[in-house]
Amino acid sequence: MSILVYIETQESEIKKSSLEVASYGRAIADAKGTSLIAVCFGLQDTSLLSQYGVDKVFNISTANDIHFNAERYSNTLVQIATKETADFIIVSSSANGRFLGPITAAKYEATYFSNVIGLPLSYEPVEVKRSCFTNKAFNHSISKNNKIVLSLSSNSFGVYEKPSEAIQTSIEHVESSSTLEVISIEKSTDKVSIADADIVVSGGRGLKGPENWYLIENLASVLGAATACSKPVSDLGWRPHSEHVGQTGKPVASNLYIAVGVSGAIQHLAGINSSKIKVVINNDPEAPFFKAADYGIVGDAFEVIPELTSKLKALKEA
Amino acid sequence: MKILVCISNVPDTTSKINFIDENSAFDNQGITYIINPNDEFGLTRAIWLQQKEGAIITVATVGEASCEAILRKCLAIGADQAIRIDTTPKDGYHVATQLAAYAEKESFDLIITGRESIDYNGGMVGGMLATFLKIPYLANCIHFEKEDETIHLQREIDGGKEILKGNLPLVIGAQKGLVEEKDLIIPNMRGIMQARQKPLDVLAPVEARQSSLIKSYEKPPAKGPVKLVDANNIDQLIDLLQNEANAL
Ligand SMILES: Cc1cc2nc3c(=O)[nH]c(=O)nc-3n(C[C@H](O)[C@H](O)[C@H](O)COP(=O)(O)OP(=O)(O)OC[C@H]3O[C@@H](n4cnc5c(N)ncnc54)[C@H](O)[C@@H]3O)c2cc1C
Repeated sequence: MSILVYIETQESEIKKSSLEVASYGRAIADAKGTSLIAVCFGLQDTSLLSQYGVDKVFNISTANDIHFNAERYSNTLVQIATKETADFIIVSSSANGRFLGPITAAKYEATYFSNVIGLPLSYEPVEVKRSCFTNKAFNHSISKNNKIVLSLSSNSFGVYEKPSEAIQTSIEHVESSSTLEVISIEKSTDKVSIADADIVVSGGRGLKGPENWYLIENLASVLGAATACSKPVSDLGWRPHSEHVGQTGKPVASNLYIAVGVSGAIQHLAGINSSKIKVVINNDPEAPFFKAADYGIVGDAFEVIPELTSKLKALKEA
Repeated sequence: MKILVCISNVPDTTSKINFIDENSAFDNQGITYIINPNDEFGLTRAIWLQQKEGAIITVATVGEASCEAILRKCLAIGADQAIRIDTTPKDGYHVATQLAAYAEKESFDLIITGRESIDYNGGMVGGMLATFLKIPYLANCIHFEKEDETIHLQREIDGGKEILKGNLPLVIGAQKGLVEEKDLIIPNMRGIMQARQKPLDVLAPVEARQSSLIKSYEKPPAKGPVKLVDANNIDQLIDLLQNEANAL
């Protein structure tokens, strides 16, 4: 028995969502009295994993192929899981994590659960709470199988340190038979992505036009936040589609979500509802967003945002 | 080119989500069903291929007779034929197994599923289907162009996109970006008339297990009222975010 976690790297560093996955894996390993095994690809320094309770690390060389490869990565996970008789394989809710999850589950003949919130509610049988109806509801799902692959909803467990001694191991390079070949990666910005961000600042049609987006960008930059937008804003071409959040766009599960000039339509709220703290700035006191928010200012974004930005800036610099 | 587009029947995005039978089942009273938005982006991309390359498009859904309305809509949009696999979908694994059993016999060049359905958000049918069929899968696909035998693709990743190339057969997970919102096709009268003549076949399901079971549902806890801060008192908002919400 063992618990396997897929540790994702970005520019050879461990992603924060993967530290959450390691912490989560540790908690499950403790509950089941078993060990925690991390699988990573091309990680420069694995010592950090010893701060998060990992007992054993498989660090697979990426010398032959530096890009993420779902076929090869899932084969690798399954090979290690089989060898270590893993009963859980855990991935984050990153784009790569969600890509790997179902493929790995199909190959490992395991049950797959996506969007899992917090620790399993029971282990025999495994029961989890997961979000559904794009965050409008949750369900409690029971596995009919004792092998589980799950993707953990971001910020639903937290990152916890726990010292351990991670033993290094490796395996042979696993081949990929996939005909897909990555040619390059294009980064959209140097900023933090919506999936990785603690804070997201989002703009709606109330900002009137793309030329006013400096308001959103400046506020985001002071907060180290990702920028997002409502659907019509991306459909109008004011902002790239990668920023569209909501039911038909990206889900947001940040600690803080600040919505500026967004009305709060049901489809928008559905996608951002699992953010912990929601703030709305809107000049219409009847905007539905006020019903979903924790804090709100009824006011003109063109006045409120510059002031908020400069005050936060002063605070950060103090 | 033979294309399969897998369609999920989901509650309209404005639906109020409620549960019945002691929170063990979804309440579909008054719910209008639509083509899952991600699937519709995929279907639209398939129609473009049909117009350019002369593809034959089959749409398939796993579900009860009530799903036929959205299949007819797909036919009105331009799909050539529809398949309904006659069983209640139990979970993503069960659906993928049914679709794989059908697709195996048909040797499609391209299979398109939505990135995820907006009801159960499983996000697994495409990846599992591809794995069962031993065909490569590309999740979050935002670009698909065929140039002779080469397929140029893009996948949305956190903070950017990945540029790839590949060959058919392929399974892709569609989402917005593959086509734009403005590209979605609203069926016209002619399309609707033609759809009535197009084949919609009902197939018996294969024996398949389900891998999970939904025990119950719950709704998010009711929200307390918003704390309003005066627009002239931004300091108070910062103080609340910092000291009450611990969010800065
Ligand atoms: C199938 C379907 C799927 C959808 N999916 C999504 C989705 O995923 N994400 C999404 O966001 N939407 C989605 N929508 C669209 C959704 O219904 C709304 O139309 C959309 O969210 C509204 O965007 P908005 O809030 O930017 O614009 P609006 O509704 O136009 O709101 C603009 C707001 O700005 C305020 N405002 C104006 N001027 C100022 C000012 N000077 N200062 C402060 N505030 C100001 C106004 O009071 C208003 O509340 C979907 C719709 C459908 C039908």
